Amino acid sequence: MKVLVCISNVPDTTSKINFTENDTKFDTNGVQFVINPHDEYTLTRAMWFKEKQGASITVVTIGNQSSEATLRKALAIGADDAIRVNAEATDGYFVAQQLAEVVKNGGYELVLAGRESIDYNGGMVPGMLASILDYNFVNAVIGIEVIDSKVVVSREIDGGKEIMESSLPMVLGAQKGIVQETELRIPNMRGIMMARKKPLTVVEPVEAEEMTVAQNFEKPEAKSACKIVESVDELIDLLHNEAKVI
Amino acid sequence: MSILVFAESSEGKFKKVALEVTSYGKKLAEQMQTNLVVVTAFVEDTTPLAKYGAGKILIGNSDGLKTSDAMVYADFLVAAANQENADVVIIDSSVNGVFVAPLVAAKLQAGYASNVVALPNSLSPFVVKRKAFSNKAFNNTEIKTATKVIGLAKNSFGLFENPTESSVETFSPDLPDGRVNRTSVETASGIVTIADADIIVSAGRGLKSGDNWGMVEDLVEVLGAAIACSKPVSDLGWRSHTEHVGQTGKQASSNLYIAIGISGAIQHLAGVNSSKVKVVINTDAEAPFFKSAEYGMIGDAFEIVPKLVDKLRTFKAENG
Ligand SMILES: Cc1cc2nc3c(=O)[nH]c(=O)nc-3n(C[C@H](O)[C@H](O)[C@H](O)COP(=O)(O)OP(=O)(O)OC[C@H]3O[C@@H](n4cnc5c(N)ncnc54)[C@H](O)[C@@H]3O)c2cc1C
Repeated sequence: MKVLVCISNVPDTTSKINFTENDTKFDTNGVQFVINPHDEYTLTRAMWFKEKQGASITVVTIGNQSSEATLRKALAIGADDAIRVNAEATDGYFVAQQLAEVVKNGGYELVLAGRESIDYNGGMVPGMLASILDYNFVNAVIGIEVIDSKVVVSREIDGGKEIMESSLPMVLGAQKGIVQETELRIPNMRGIMMARKKPLTVVEPVEAEEMTVAQNFEKPEAKSACKIVESVDELIDLLHNEAKVI
Repeated sequence: MSILVFAESSEGKFKKVALEVTSYGKKLAEQMQTNLVVVTAFVEDTTPLAKYGAGKILIGNSDGLKTSDAMVYADFLVAAANQENADVVIIDSSVNGVFVAPLVAAKLQAGYASNVVALPNSLSPFVVKRKAFSNKAFNNTEIKTATKVIGLAKNSFGLFENPTESSVETFSPDLPDGRVNRTSVETASGIVTIADADIIVSAGRGLKSGDNWGMVEDLVEVLGAAIACSKPVSDLGWRSHTEHVGQTGKQASSNLYIAIGISGAIQHLAGVNSSKVKVVINTDAEAPFFKSAEYGMIGDAFEIVPKLVDKLRTFKAENG
């Protein structure tokens, strides 16, 4: 089975969020970029397909050269090879079109992506990709089994989960829960050394339409100071009469 | 020309988010001087939609709708958008909403903005404000295509009554067979879900063990709230993963969020900051959560929470 894992290169979760150029660009100064957490969980699950079912694992990102460090980390975790599409990932549909090209050229049957990236939180790419490819699709996936060409997934829903059955070829939007926290892998020295030798192919983007354009950013309004309350009576009174939420 | 809203139902009733997208759709239709059409399925009583401004209501009645394949749902919405000549399609941000919206957008070749929090800043160019960076910023996004899809962030716009005479039609487009089939569902019955809750009571590692949640459950019960937890709590197996809120968990966008023994790490706050009023109960006055909360109590949760439960029971008895 050929598995493609889509990786988004995002600011570390503790990053300070600031903007430059009249609030039109994210300020990357001093920001550490990492594998998007949902993608990291997903990649970890993919390693199981490799180790237990002999699947090959390719990772792909749409990004400029600076995103290669993140791809190398994915290789160090255990992916077999990597592809970087040399373009800025701006509009979700643009990204999905680039990924669709990679999937077609590589003949991938199972495409795994994180449910959303933690920077723009678009949650668009997996579904758009499935639509473009006309692959079967499930989102918010927290468990996957592949038996021959049958795919059984569990999907998180409000207040529980549901089990869905489908077949390859398939795109899945996965999220935290797909593996246990303790299963996440920190690349060891050997993995890092091997990652340097694994193929990382750079391809140029195909022509594709951008349907949305990010203009400027705004920060939320500064919040007034927290009211420290001494007693539960006072708290109930404030929640009822001032905040009007109970 | 029209605005098309998808109103989601659950067990034959409209979800609150369905009324919120309808409210939004009505205001947008006014702003764009066009009509609002609401499409729905599996409900008989559509009066709530009329109350929030639906001029025309389409009730889906295709056999294909019994599927669990989101692609088929997307085809259904695309058929409605085409029939009504929709300029803008509006979908909520529930688990189903975010599942189907990108499919609809791709099928319609429409630009899609998710997590939208307000009416467009301008119509030409068409610019909407959306949440980005896990609630730490907003981005104004231009949608350039003729047809547009908007994913409305939950609890960001509110409900606005707008009683309207509405016409109701059945809508039965031909739909393909689903290729994804649900084989079983596990849901806890009789609980308020984080997605639907007006009030969320959440607790963290400060509770010290999975055995100490009785008082949290009591508070949940008296407030009619949903229960939630911080990430380490679910990683430690004290509570289920389905209750984990934050950047890598569920989004908590309730009116009231009560955080008990939660420090307020940046990843936790990222997922709860869009709640309107936050209350923190923590022994440590320096805990970062106090900077994000509206109200705080410094002290031991094991003393405060049981007292709060008692007093709230009395309060509820007096105030109904
Ligand atoms: C990539 C990444 C993603 C993450 N995503 C999330 C996420 O989605 N959600 C999330 O929650 N976390 C997330 N985290 C983890 C986050 O960094 C924190 O570790 C976590 O939120 C801390 O949980 P906590 O507040 O329950 O525990 P702690 O930080 O240990 O805080 C416990 C608090 O309880 C207080 N306390 C102790 N005893 C009492 C008492 N008797 N009464 C009252 N208060 C008491 C303490 O003063 C302390 O403030 C993520 C981390 C990473 C690296």
